[in-house]
Amino acid sequence: MMPSHWRLPRLSLRFVPVWQRHFLVWRKLALPSVLGNLADPMIYLFGLGFGIGMLVPEVSGVPYITFLAAGMVCYSTMNSASFESLYSSFSRMHVQKTWDAILNAPVELDDILLGELVWAASKAFLAGAAILLVVTLVGFTEARYALWVLPLIALVGLTFAALGLIVTALAPSYDFFMYYFTLFITPMTLLSGVFFPIDQLPAGVRFLTDVLPLTHAVQIARPLLLGTVPEAVTYHLAVLIAYGVAAFWVALALTRRRLLK
Amino acid sequence: MTDAVLGTAAVPSSSGHSAADEGRAPLTIRALTKRYGDTQVIAGIDIELRHGECFTLLGPNGAGKTTTLRCALGLTAATSGRITLTGLPVPERAREARMRVGIVPQLDNLDPDFTCAENLLVYGRYFGFRDADIAARIPELLAFAGLESKRDERIQTLSGGMKRRLTLARALVNRPELLVLDEPTTGLDPQARHLIWDRLKRLIRDGTTVLLTTHFMDEAERLSDRLAILDTGRILTQGSPRQLITAHVEPQVVEVYGDWGGTGRPGGGAEAWAERHATAFARRFEVSGETAFCYVTDAAPLIAHLESQPGLRYLHRPANLEDVFLRLTGRELRD
Repeated sequence: MMPSHWRLPRLSLRFVPVWQRHFLVWRKLALPSVLGNLADPMIYLFGLGFGIGMLVPEVSGVPYITFLAAGMVCYSTMNSASFESLYSSFSRMHVQKTWDAILNAPVELDDILLGELVWAASKAFLAGAAILLVVTLVGFTEARYALWVLPLIALVGLTFAALGLIVTALAPSYDFFMYYFTLFITPMTLLSGVFFPIDQLPAGVRFLTDVLPLTHAVQIARPLLLGTVPEAVTYHLAVLIAYGVAAFWVALALTRRRLLK
Repeated sequence: MTDAVLGTAAVPSSSGHSAADEGRAPLTIRALTKRYGDTQVIAGIDIELRHGECFTLLGPNGAGKTTTLRCALGLTAATSGRITLTGLPVPERAREARMRVGIVPQLDNLDPDFTCAENLLVYGRYFGFRDADIAARIPELLAFAGLESKRDERIQTLSGGMKRRLTLARALVNRPELLVLDEPTTGLDPQARHLIWDRLKRLIRDGTTVLLTTHFMDEAERLSDRLAILDTGRILTQGSPRQLITAHVEPQVVEVYGDWGGTGRPGGGAEAWAERHATAFARRFEVSGETAFCYVTDAAPLIAHLESQPGLRYLHRPANLEDVFLRLTGRELRD
């Protein structure tokens, strides 16, 4: 009688009305939301790019700000997906009880979580694409392969949204998310080649960087934005997809345990 | 995905039930149990709803009312037992069953970012209804809730009673054959409660089956065709309000209180009076705090006696559900 929380996700298009609900809320607050999403990575990009760029003439054979641009696209996508799947999803689940209301309709928790995942990834896509557009227009990148970064941004959004939903499923309150950022997101950002090339790291740390999902996103985005074809694309994509699928399943099981009791 | 494909479902054109549904109950619960770890929350409950009736689960806090509803709606799995909702097995096909059920939760969970109309639109989409169909239904839903003038107002501007009515209207977006309400009037003022009751009576009259939980006796007595009294996860008794009163308590109650003999001494109140005299007039009496409750078939001799007792005051009233409830569940606090 008691079905396992670890049963397979039951996915359907019923997630679309959930997504539409979030979209309708977002539309009411779109302008400040977009500006907020853009401002933070822009400050990093131009502040660090020009500031450090003056000290360091070239990194990996290109100006520092050009090197940083690909990292910022990935970082911005990750951050946007994380914030949405942590703070906003938690508000809807725990504070506003939006999920409870939806569960009273003919919709399952699996659909709600898929809606949250795709919604967070949608916002992340917007954030990542906006940075991509800016760095391309300003000419920090080689535009030749820039469009190929878009599907990567979508995948990075999904992967980090799924990871964020695990933390949301476990969170007793908003304060809990601080741990995720200080213990996972921030160290990972520093170790994934966003700000500096990872090949200069000691071998022991290199092992760690290869395990981090953000590394694999940067490994694809940077060559593309420098106008070259990245190496081992299938491998890097497979790591990101594996993280995303596994994280979503874990998040769903933990959320079922939390809410369907 | 066989039904509710996005944007292809239509809002049912009428509520209530079709001829094909006559043979089955809107909700059947058999031998339901639910435990959390070592705690038995529901210890074997059987309920069968009939079409078009209002059935109430009445019980103190922690009796298992909400858990019973959650199991019935497929929002949590039972430990054992069999449930069918609108003819479908729960939890296996609970989601499909909820296509034909309306739910008013205990706590308001309207969308605070939306207007009244947007709340209804967004909720209708969860059923897979077309936007145009929902939009066509919104005016009647708002009219039913008495919120026509609030159509484009944000939720934060509504009073508690308005929010409840909107939650009720939201639960009707799919013209449900069964409406489930968990403590629908808790926290409302008397005017707002009466308005909710009036709307529920209208729905019942029009053929909607209603299942509600409450700990308000007057609510249960006013609305229910049948009710079940629940305590510690069991049904103590079920039947119509009249049946339960007749079966479990004497028809008249006289509540006696005051300062017997006017002495002002401790122990000189209704309790002392009851010890000396109550058995002579009442088949059964209970003392609770400062009051003696006397249960009688004919109150006249007792009242004649009380009139002659200085300092004592009394309240004479017909027996009600609260008397049944207290008789079955006891008077001690449930904290």
